[in-house]
Amino acid sequence: MTEYALILVSTILVNNFVLVKFLGLCPFMGVSRKLETATGMGLATTFVLTLSSVCSYLVNEYLLAPFGLEYLQTIAFILVIAVVVQFTEMVVHKTSPLLYQVLGIFLPLITTNCAVLGVALLNVQTEHNFIESALYGFGAAVGFSLVLVLFAAIRERVAVADVPEAFRGPSIALITAGLMSIAFMGFAGLVKG
Amino acid sequence: MLAAILILSVLAILFGLLLGFAAMRYKVEGDPIVDQIDAILPQTQCGQCGYPGCRPYAEAIARGEADINQCPPGGEAGIVALADLLGRDVKPLNDEHGEHKEKKTVVIIDEKLCIGCTLCIQACPVDAIVGAAKQMHTVIKDECTGCNLCIPPCPVDCIHIIPVEDDIKTWCWPEPEAELEQPPIEEPV
Amino acid sequence: MKRRLWHFHGGLHLPEHKQASMTKPVVAAALPDEIILPMQQHIGSPAEPVVKVGEHVLKGQRVAKASEYVSAPVHASTSGEVIAIEERGVPHPSGLPLLSIVIKPDGKDEWTELKPVPDYAQLDPSALRNVIRDAGIVGLGGAGFPSFIKLNPGPDNAVDTLILNGAECEPYITCDAMLMQERPRDIIDGLLIMKHALRARHCIIAIEDNKKVALTLLKNSLQEHEAEFLKIVSIPTIYPSGGEKQLIRILTGKEVPSHGLPIDIGVVCHNVATAAAICKVINEGKPLVERYITVTGETLDQPRNLKVRIGTPCIDLLNACGWREDQTDEVLMGGPMMGFGIPALDMPTVKTSNCLLARPKDQPHQQPAMPCIRCGQCAAVCPAQLLPQQMYWYARARDFDKIQAYNLFDCIECGCCAYVCPSRIPLVQYYRFAKTEIWAKERDKEKADHARQRHEFRLQRLERKKKEDEERRRRKKELLKKTQPKPDSEADIKQAAIQAAMDRVKAKRATQKQQKKNIENLNEKQQQAIEAVEKRRQRLRNAGADNEENP
Repeated sequence: MTEYALILVSTILVNNFVLVKFLGLCPFMGVSRKLETATGMGLATTFVLTLSSVCSYLVNEYLLAPFGLEYLQTIAFILVIAVVVQFTEMVVHKTSPLLYQVLGIFLPLITTNCAVLGVALLNVQTEHNFIESALYGFGAAVGFSLVLVLFAAIRERVAVADVPEAFRGPSIALITAGLMSIAFMGFAGLVKG
Repeated sequence: MLAAILILSVLAILFGLLLGFAAMRYKVEGDPIVDQIDAILPQTQCGQCGYPGCRPYAEAIARGEADINQCPPGGEAGIVALADLLGRDVKPLNDEHGEHKEKKTVVIIDEKLCIGCTLCIQACPVDAIVGAAKQMHTVIKDECTGCNLCIPPCPVDCIHIIPVEDDIKTWCWPEPEAELEQPPIEEPV
Repeated sequence: MKRRLWHFHGGLHLPEHKQASMTKPVVAAALPDEIILPMQQHIGSPAEPVVKVGEHVLKGQRVAKASEYVSAPVHASTSGEVIAIEERGVPHPSGLPLLSIVIKPDGKDEWTELKPVPDYAQLDPSALRNVIRDAGIVGLGGAGFPSFIKLNPGPDNAVDTLILNGAECEPYITCDAMLMQERPRDIIDGLLIMKHALRARHCIIAIEDNKKVALTLLKNSLQEHEAEFLKIVSIPTIYPSGGEKQLIRILTGKEVPSHGLPIDIGVVCHNVATAAAICKVINEGKPLVERYITVTGETLDQPRNLKVRIGTPCIDLLNACGWREDQTDEVLMGGPMMGFGIPALDMPTVKTSNCLLARPKDQPHQQPAMPCIRCGQCAAVCPAQLLPQQMYWYARARDFDKIQAYNLFDCIECGCCAYVCPSRIPLVQYYRFAKTEIWAKERDKEKADHARQRHEFRLQRLERKKKEDEERRRRKKELLKKTQPKPDSEADIKQAAIQAAMDRVKAKRATQKQQKKNIENLNEKQQQAIEAVEKRRQRLRNAGADNEENP
């Protein structure tokens, strides 16, 4: 039981995928202009990450490992992720056309989100079992969403503040992200991973 | 080697079937985003954007054919609202399509010159002109959107643009002046 | 018996500056040369004039009628001749003109026929409300909402508490205080009338504790049996305790919901001057034609309260109090926190004018603003528990959706935030700007939706016309075909010609067939054979002809 709690704490806070591992920075910067968009993206990524983490584990465990085809992991995982993202895209398009339009290109780009592939590969590397894989994926996504929402809230306020001319736009956003990262480094060392 | 190809093929077929099924199940009809874009546009139906009305322009934006900065009556506020809705960047208004007028205008027909030809009635996109052949034409002020499409067809040039003045009900507080960047230097006492 | 009171969030203790205008009793202001009555002195639709230029009117005569439900009539505040009905400048921050009835007083100040209500308790509440409505009574606390509407709880609401607002929390203003000192019984009588109209259970008159004389006099005017349901309560002096929502919180501990009204929690709040005006209507039959106005400020020789006929130009009142024009920077209508600069001093006082404040020159409030340092003082003093700092940033960025998410429309524009801001940012100006922009946007949207509907209907109409035209053409074509079947048409003539030609060819072929070839130098045998064949042919021809005739 503690194992699972530790996995969650590790992926959400201590070894946060965006601010500590520096994976998944593209949607982090691209979708964080508005809070509503960020929340939507967070939910979509959670769905994708958890599902693809589980599917990748199953594919590896029952199709690749028994036949000694571990070298196909990258291709197979990318295939799984692409399919899950396609599926998610269809569901989002149907249920919330506005979110679909607003997320735009970033929804299919979840496929190339290195955090998603990273989770799948790390699951293999750390030899997680089924439940651990699922929790790892879910925790990673929750951590991603948390940080994305926080960052979007800060960016909304910074957008209307008196930022010096030279820093307006992406510059101040990156500086903010850096400061957030420093803050999250405060958790360093609490849980190994 | 064979096992590898086989496994990947099986995976691909399986996923392909899944996606195909999902595509049918989650099919999307129409495009509700057009309604949302149309709700932002000012409905002047003037055609300055290059499209015959606000709805065609909204459809063009949704298809990706038109940019969001082509509507002069909507002005900067309209561009910002569209940028917000679609997650695109705010751009300045495209000068090719005309300039944004701060003051609202309506048109008025000079009744002494009107010859009752009905050309302006046919041109008005919101039917704001009342009249019939060989009868006096007049503009309903409350319905006029200020698109000025009636002015070119008039053969006797009897339609004039007049500004709409504010009254107490529509008066707006002015925006407060921007503040100083630095505090004023006070002389030591 | 100590009554439990609550606190509202924030608020300020401001220097009162009230003593200066309370040293002299209230006197009637002199009759001016001109009385200007704007058609809109209330919230709602403007009134419509019912008199003509040149007509002679009496004091209290109705000169304009209410145009809609939320509207109020206007009455002449003195007798005289209507010299103009035209647009005149009115005391509004915009400086825009409004239709007004201008009366030249004849000096007699003659009342019209007055009809007091002898026994209001016998009247049905709705009849009572109509009397109050016809007398043009609006909220005299400053908002000017037609009072008869606030005396109608509606079929679904019960009024638990009726509150009379005698707080008068803004500095400098003392007109309500003087009214409470001079005519306490009128206020209580007015309250009883209101209680009857609302069927309220409890009544409270709230007075700030800096008005000790008013408190004592009111308490002394209270009759014993009235004390059972009516309490006169002294509340701590703090600005803005006179704000409706803040006062309700202090007295009952309840909060009026956002976007809601006090009636939603069973409370109705009126000003003490409104109560006194209602008493005058019922007991004396006099409509609203005059009110107490505080004329004060550091540049006046004799600041005091005056009983003013509505429509008196402001300059007359200032002159009556010894106004030093050269030392005055501007004259505010209202108090120092919520008042606005009068665009021109010949503008009239209206039903909602409660104070004229002459500001001296060289006051620090006009210095330019500095950048916001995010100190948060504004949020600490806001009586509506809003976040002025956030609203400021979003108003500055013109983000009107976000600013509404911070409850912009719950702002009562009291000015506490601007008062404490160390950077002297004119916060209330930002909120007023944002509010009017949002209203303008809503109006534009309505207009745009309407235009879209008309455009779509027009497209439908053109489509329909096209279809009808096609239908008509189709029907006409069919009609023509049906009514003319004879071959007089071109096609049929051609047909006949072709048939004739074919018959000719046939006939020719027939005759040609009958002509024999190679019949010279025949021997007898050949001749017999030919004859036999001829006979056979003839026989067949006859049978074929039979067949032709009878197919």
